[in-house]
Amino acid sequence: MAIVQTRALTKVFKKGELGAVNNVDLESREGEFLVLLGPSGSGKTTLLRMIAGLEEPTSGEILIGGRVVNDMTPRERRIAMVFQSYALYPHLTVLGNIVFPLKAQGMEKGERQKKAEWAAGLLGIGRLLHRKPRELSGGERQRVALARAIVREPSLFLLDEPLSNLDAKLRASARTELEQFQKRVATTTIYVTHDQVEAMAMGDRVVVMNKGSVRQIGTPAEVYDDPADTFVATFLGSPPMNLIDVGDVTVGFRPEHLLPLAEAREKGTAVPVRFQIQNVEYLGAERILYGEVQGGRFDAKKVVSRMAAHGGALIEKGTVNDFAVAERDLKFFDQAAGTRTTRRIPA
Amino acid sequence: MSLGRQRWLGPAMFLPAILYVVALVGVPFVLAFLYSVGDVKVGSVGYHFVGLANFNSVLHSPTFLRSLRNSFVFTIASQVLVLLGANILAMALKNVFPGRRFIRFLILLPWVAPVSIGSIGWKWILDSLYSVINWVLIRFHLANAFSPPMYLGEPKLAMISVILVHTWHMLPFATVIILAGWTAIPKDIPEAAEVDGAKFFRKLFQIELPMMLPIINVAVLFGVIFTFTDMTVVYILTRGGPYDTTQVLPSLAFFTGILGSDLAEGAAISLFLVPLLVVVAWLMLRSAHRAEVT
Repeated sequence: MAIVQTRALTKVFKKGELGAVNNVDLESREGEFLVLLGPSGSGKTTLLRMIAGLEEPTSGEILIGGRVVNDMTPRERRIAMVFQSYALYPHLTVLGNIVFPLKAQGMEKGERQKKAEWAAGLLGIGRLLHRKPRELSGGERQRVALARAIVREPSLFLLDEPLSNLDAKLRASARTELEQFQKRVATTTIYVTHDQVEAMAMGDRVVVMNKGSVRQIGTPAEVYDDPADTFVATFLGSPPMNLIDVGDVTVGFRPEHLLPLAEAREKGTAVPVRFQIQNVEYLGAERILYGEVQGGRFDAKKVVSRMAAHGGALIEKGTVNDFAVAERDLKFFDQAAGTRTTRRIPA
Repeated sequence: MSLGRQRWLGPAMFLPAILYVVALVGVPFVLAFLYSVGDVKVGSVGYHFVGLANFNSVLHSPTFLRSLRNSFVFTIASQVLVLLGANILAMALKNVFPGRRFIRFLILLPWVAPVSIGSIGWKWILDSLYSVINWVLIRFHLANAFSPPMYLGEPKLAMISVILVHTWHMLPFATVIILAGWTAIPKDIPEAAEVDGAKFFRKLFQIELPMMLPIINVAVLFGVIFTFTDMTVVYILTRGGPYDTTQVLPSLAFFTGILGSDLAEGAAISLFLVPLLVVVAWLMLRSAHRAEVT
């Protein structure tokens, strides 16, 4: 078990260009499931690869279990990593793949076998031990990669988008399994993904990254309900937060908080808006309403509302309705910097 | 396109290839077989069947047996060297470093330059009087100025020279093939091996080389064919000498059949190449098929 820290960690691939990772300070907790979330190119994989020792930092420090590991090879860091492609050894059987890290440790054969069986049992792939990776399905490959990672009981797990190669249905079940699995082995895990659903569902804490920098670190509820800036606000949530510029302040509210007037009033003081609905997407459990505000301070601004599919009569394309946002659901951002501000606009 | 047209278009497109193989491979092969059981000489008319007499005489000739052995020594030794060298070179060249393109170009040169010209260059480098190697050795007092090594005149040295020059010529080809094999390994896999705790040699011998095996097979099989049937280096450097100690089957067949006018015996000698080449060709097709499947 170990905690990972990075101190002002920076990676610049080409001199003079903006770094892939800039000045990242992170600290995981013992046994935590920490998710690095960001769009592609946000530096999350580079950060993970630096922690693994596959990429050399340009500056800054990486500590695992309190020791600076910058100059250590991946082998010396005693970590396990699951790659996006799984990176199974194609010429070895499943068993050969799983025992490979143990062989590299110099463990003797009998013990190796026992360990491999334990890991395979944990992941339910005991009957596949003598197959080659090419004879396995995507889900099975992913399990083999996990088994190979846990077999030597590493102090740290690094997972690089391990679910992105699975189809949607399998991904949901694999997500739950992976999460339960991590809780059971209780090994500190750093998990890279660009999928906000994965991040929210699995992470103890989420690190939201953009353009090589950390924008916010917090529990899923914190980053969703209390975004630190407009990037986090719009990256999380689907559809994203409504952002409306009023003077030098940006007002933000989640689509699910733009509700019919009566509903919004139930939550206390609310800011009423006339909502002209231009399009309705019916998604089964819910409806997404796209439209424009008519009159008032937000006149002609495009907004989106998300509400339960059944309830709130007469909400149809083309109609104008009285909607409102509860005051406590409004977030305020500095328009220039994009960061949260205590400034308000008068309601 | 009508169905009728399709029916003849395919075979018509295929015909030149068939004609080419029949005219330039099939006919000479049949001729070689006929010659080897006849009494054909350059300039002779008529053909008499003599059965296995040519083979009998060839098998009782010490020169033939020596050439047969030399052919194997020449092929195996040069291929082992090529394989080692090509792997090391490919490993060095797969990494990005300044001037890599230029170095890659230099390494390819021995292959793209005509082998005869390269061999003539080597003939001078290894010459008994003007050898630049000996000149250097003498300057550094590493060789006796009055009896320096005769690279092409002493049986053992001559064989080593022939093998090394051929290795020099074959190395780029194998390097390029193996380099292609290296680049075909997804980057993740060696990285995974590193994270799994493998050091350099474990990663090389347990992960990377096994993954490249089908491609290395192709390089070796091509190398064996090019080497076993080649006589250019031997012909130019030593003409098989001294005393046939560097003679190989193709050069012996040439000296006997063409220069010595005994077409029948030359044909019999060259037919000894066939069984080995058939085996190699079969292995090659099999490994190509395997590489396709995995």
